[in-house]
Amino acid sequence: MKEHKIVVIGGGPAGMAAAVAAYDRGVTDVVILDREPGLGGILQQCIHNGFGLHKLGQELTGPEYAAVYARKVAERNIPVFYETTVTALSPDRVVTAQNRDGILKIKAEAVILAMGCRERSRGALNISGSRCAGIYSAGTAQKLINCAGYMVGRRVVILGSGDIGLIMARRMSLEGAKVEAVCELMPYSGGLMRNIVQCLHDFDIPLYLSTTVAQIHGNGRLEGVTIAQVDEKRQIIEETRRFIPCDTLLLSVGLIPENELTRGAGIPMDPVTNGALVDDSCQTMVPGIYACGNVLQVHDLVDYVSDEAERAGIGAAERILNGDNTAETAKTEAGFGVRYVIPQTLHRDGRDVPLFLRVSRPFGKVRFTVRQGDEVLVSVKRLKAAPGEMEKITVPGEKLSKAQGVITVELEELA
Amino acid sequence: MKKELTCIICPRGCALQVTGEKGSLEVTGNTCPKGREYAIRECTAPVRTVTSCVRVANREDTMVSVKTLNPIPKGKMMEAAQMLHGIRVFAPVKIGDVIVDSLFGSPVVATRDVE
Amino acid sequence: MKYDVAIIGAGVTGSMVARELSKYRLSVCLLEKENDVACGASKANSGIIHGGFDPEPGTLKARLNTEGVELLFAAAKELNVPCIRNGSLVCAFGGEEEPMVQVLYDRGIQNGTPDMRILTGDEARELEPNLSEAVTKALYVPTAGIICPYELTVAAAGSAMDNGAALLRNFKVSSITPEEDGYAIAAEDGRTVTAGRIVNCAGGFSDKVANMVGDGGFSIIPRAGEYLLLDKTEGSRVKHTIFQIPTKAGKGILVTPTVDGNLLTGPTAAQVATPESRDTTPEGMELVQRLAAKSVPSVDFRQVITSFAGVRSSVSGGDFIIEKSRKAPGVVHAAAIDSPGLTCCVAIAGYVVQLLRETGLPLEKKQDWNGRREDPHAFRKMNDEEKDAFIKCHPDYGKIVCRCETVSEGEIRAAIRRNPGAADVDGVKRRTRSGMGRCQGGFCGPQVMKLISEELGIPMEQVTKNGGDSYMLTGKAGEAK
Repeated sequence: MKEHKIVVIGGGPAGMAAAVAAYDRGVTDVVILDREPGLGGILQQCIHNGFGLHKLGQELTGPEYAAVYARKVAERNIPVFYETTVTALSPDRVVTAQNRDGILKIKAEAVILAMGCRERSRGALNISGSRCAGIYSAGTAQKLINCAGYMVGRRVVILGSGDIGLIMARRMSLEGAKVEAVCELMPYSGGLMRNIVQCLHDFDIPLYLSTTVAQIHGNGRLEGVTIAQVDEKRQIIEETRRFIPCDTLLLSVGLIPENELTRGAGIPMDPVTNGALVDDSCQTMVPGIYACGNVLQVHDLVDYVSDEAERAGIGAAERILNGDNTAETAKTEAGFGVRYVIPQTLHRDGRDVPLFLRVSRPFGKVRFTVRQGDEVLVSVKRLKAAPGEMEKITVPGEKLSKAQGVITVELEELA
Repeated sequence: MKKELTCIICPRGCALQVTGEKGSLEVTGNTCPKGREYAIRECTAPVRTVTSCVRVANREDTMVSVKTLNPIPKGKMMEAAQMLHGIRVFAPVKIGDVIVDSLFGSPVVATRDVE
Repeated sequence: MKYDVAIIGAGVTGSMVARELSKYRLSVCLLEKENDVACGASKANSGIIHGGFDPEPGTLKARLNTEGVELLFAAAKELNVPCIRNGSLVCAFGGEEEPMVQVLYDRGIQNGTPDMRILTGDEARELEPNLSEAVTKALYVPTAGIICPYELTVAAAGSAMDNGAALLRNFKVSSITPEEDGYAIAAEDGRTVTAGRIVNCAGGFSDKVANMVGDGGFSIIPRAGEYLLLDKTEGSRVKHTIFQIPTKAGKGILVTPTVDGNLLTGPTAAQVATPESRDTTPEGMELVQRLAAKSVPSVDFRQVITSFAGVRSSVSGGDFIIEKSRKAPGVVHAAAIDSPGLTCCVAIAGYVVQLLRETGLPLEKKQDWNGRREDPHAFRKMNDEEKDAFIKCHPDYGKIVCRCETVSEGEIRAAIRRNPGAADVDGVKRRTRSGMGRCQGGFCGPQVMKLISEELGIPMEQVTKNGGDSYMLTGKAGEAK
């Protein structure tokens, strides 16, 4: 069995940033394991721009953003095992992986989980009809077009208005396909407003809200879909059924953190985020195992993934250098209008703690309040809040050092 | 004129209102100066950055991702994409390599390394 | 090429008949209208080895079921197809249904089903703690089991091919013409094979094939059954196969673990237009959930990973139709093979061979027949040390392609190369489980397509999901349209 101080599982934006941060914090024996032949993860297929505005102060494409971090990894000579799939993780931090050289077992002092997420598939949606060819999750189509160079279809309907679906509407259009419609089950879009403008409006692609795909038609290849509006209970309104001929249906209906290894290691999970329960250094409830990026919570911006991963990397390194953080802890809790708060536990050691959260439905002008009992720790206003966008609220360390017990984040609607 | 826009400069997506006439447009709703710039340009000569992929001639099933270094006229996006379909590049390619000198006024550069 | 026997239809029945015939000095071909074996009812059914208590005593079904259970377990072992004798429970909910338990028990005794027991509701819950509190009585059938129906079909056809049988794919029989010493069988695409004898195992189309040789005595009534397959997180919800009291329409909605560790619920029973009407419906999916929850209330249907429908080939008479043609000498029908057809497949194959013998087919055993089939999942079952050693010799097995089901490139290549080779994405999926997990092929799909393209030497654009016009790609990106 090999030994390393830190093993990072996944070489996407989270894994790279975590490895670099751990290295820079003073633990240089870090390795990255990745299933792909190169670093960058899903960013490699995200050829559109809009990455890096917060973190790097410039607007980059996905591969360019990945390259910035890949360079940092290379400059530090952090070893990367490519085309290496981790098949098991034990609670005592033995990582089992496999690649063309054989089975690899590494005992680590800290493990950083950065496996990312996967797309929700058709099966999970229970759309009735045939099981023909031409139904892809948006990300699969994105990979085929942008990396392998193959078109998945000519006439397209997209179900789900998540950002990948919106981006793919534009991408398919630019590649000469006709995108007939984007259908969204909810009465609001799950994607960023800017993507609705530049991916749909720019290309005259209609977005039908409160609308779903009711039936899939086709024998060999998809021949069309029946779309229909849904009522408040998301039940199909029969008289609104309408057939749209198409050879391709792309699904952009949500992302699910890829936590099979996490569960296998017996790490306690948050049923709302589908990620591990973590503290402010992204440490899970199993000491020495950290989680960051989309495996912890589905992010809207890669910039925040990098930030979170850096905290995980620093946390892992500091635990190795200084031992466990023994400062008293407090728990966080989602209050009115808030779906979840990460981290679920934080240390009152005087350091500022960024809280990440998502709201439960779209709101107009709101005030977020972080309070502990009756004491308000932080309060911030936003012009609007939407479930598709992650909110970040930083709680100053000096306020936390006094806080006891449960810290609640809630919102109130402002006129 | 009176126009409602969503700013696409950053993920915040501010709702902008533009009033007035060309040359003296008033912008409200923006939370940074870039939003004002965007709104005025969008009402006068809208532009977009185009990202796409170009085939690598000497590698099987390999694409190199590219972008227009500067935004190009919004109305030329489809045409630009079509023109990129005719382009072939030879590996190795480095990020930033110029693939097309000028496409509707902007160079097109590689956004991925291909060994 | 002239064959001694042509078998029409490479479902589980046809494939088992081919394997049985491959034991003899005969030239045998399997004619399959689809791009793969197991594309009809054999790919979409409950995967149950039925105990034998259900068929009406005295019927062919009753005889072949009782005979078939142990024959199937034995064949599965030889073919290295996973099967588990998990036992089944037929549950009665309240006083009105309770007498049926005794009726089934008595029928089982008549049919020769061994070791059955009648349990109280509490006894049943002791065996199966997640069973509904509303179950008041149950028939326990310990000899029943579960098996993967398409792996069985692939293995049977593969074993037949390994022993000399031919498989002709995409061979959609359009006419059968008598010739001297046999028949000319023409396909829609113009190909023709000739054969001395024909076995009609055409499933949903067995009535059409019977018509082609002048037998018009039956017509298939296609009845669809919809299923919901759940993630492995639900796989241990029950250990036994949980039935409800059967009705005329079928054996009711069952809840069962699968050999792969998933949980399967279904099927519904609804008459449909054609044997290929495999659409799922909102009503069907709702019904499956409701009735499955009746047996096992704690099933978490948020863990559904896929839904599908299979079509039964039933006839009004209810029994299998396995007989020599009344009009065409040398033709044997194995038709109307609905439930418990899977359980009976080896017994049916034996019976069909007996009928062929009666037509004068000379049956001389081969000395070199080998009925064993290497385990296609041997790699998956190795421990880490064994895997490590194996990968050192076969590096492709180190590269994981399907992360949800942990399927390696080596296993996928082997599935494409080995009889009967997978020729499309669904074929790879059925043989390796690649794409069958949580992401349903989202991550591995493009890689699987690439491997098929490489192994078969076809362009990516010609790779299909399941043959025909089920193409996956419509051209190259980055090219003028």
